[in-house]
Amino acid sequence: MTYHPGQRVRVVARSHEGHHRTPGYVKGKTGTVERAHPSFTNPETRAYGADGLPQQPLYLVGFAQRDVWPDYPGQSGDRIYLDLFEHWLEDAE
Amino acid sequence: MSEHEHDHPHEPIGDGDGEPPAAARARALEQLLIEKGAISREDVRERIDWLVSRSPADGARLVARAWVDPGFKQRLLADARSAALELGLDPGPSPVVVAVENTEDVHHMVVCTLCSCYPRALLGPPPAWYKSLPYRSRAVSDPRGVLDEFGVELGDDVELRVLDSTADIRYLVMPRRPAGTEGISEEGLAALITRDSMIGVAQPAAPAPIG
Repeated sequence: MTYHPGQRVRVVARSHEGHHRTPGYVKGKTGTVERAHPSFTNPETRAYGADGLPQQPLYLVGFAQRDVWPDYPGQSGDRIYLDLFEHWLEDAE
Repeated sequence: MSEHEHDHPHEPIGDGDGEPPAAARARALEQLLIEKGAISREDVRERIDWLVSRSPADGARLVARAWVDPGFKQRLLADARSAALELGLDPGPSPVVVAVENTEDVHHMVVCTLCSCYPRALLGPPPAWYKSLPYRSRAVSDPRGVLDEFGVELGDDVELRVLDSTADIRYLVMPRRPAGTEGISEEGLAALITRDSMIGVAQPAAPAPIG
């Protein structure tokens, strides 16, 4: 486990051919680790018949909605949370 | 069936003979997997039986117990999977189930933008709108607009947290206990806790007036 709750992280802004679980709308955005989940098999290889190993640490990462959507119509305190695998995150501190 | 008159064109309304393309594809895949020995028809039947046997009543039991038992509430928020097992409920195959608490200051709602991830073991099959593209896209970009359409009035000072369940974790919202429910039994409380309130797009039902 590389990241810890409270740490600022940036979602890697790379494109990815094939199945992956990082929605495009958070790629390149900076958020805060909310909690560290256990590790899970990697859906990017498991989706194609592989065993998904090695397992990848998973994190719940929270973002300010206004950082994700420049024209966000709600309140400034609103947040959005996603589960993101470690290999999609980089340190932003 | 009688002829009906109208002025808009549409595809012929079938009587169920024609199979939609997605269903035909699923059927062909199922057949292939069975022929290759990857799964059996019995596996498919058991899985469907399990899924349709689940209902929001199980999630409601969890929340109702948490409303009346502060110790249980702490255990539910710390580890919802263990809390479900404690009540003899089946938390499903997901290794981690997370319960999040709605309060006066914070409101949670759940979406799966990538597909239809949902705590099926505790809430049953997801409603059709949960799987629809409009909900999945607007719940993340305009969640207050979506809540407004569901009839949820959220104060400007309430922090709205949207959970996009993108991976292996399943999220269950623990709604706020309505005012005026102090004298209601745990079973009576469970009846107020609707499926939609555990997705976070509704408040629990109001208690029936006594008398």
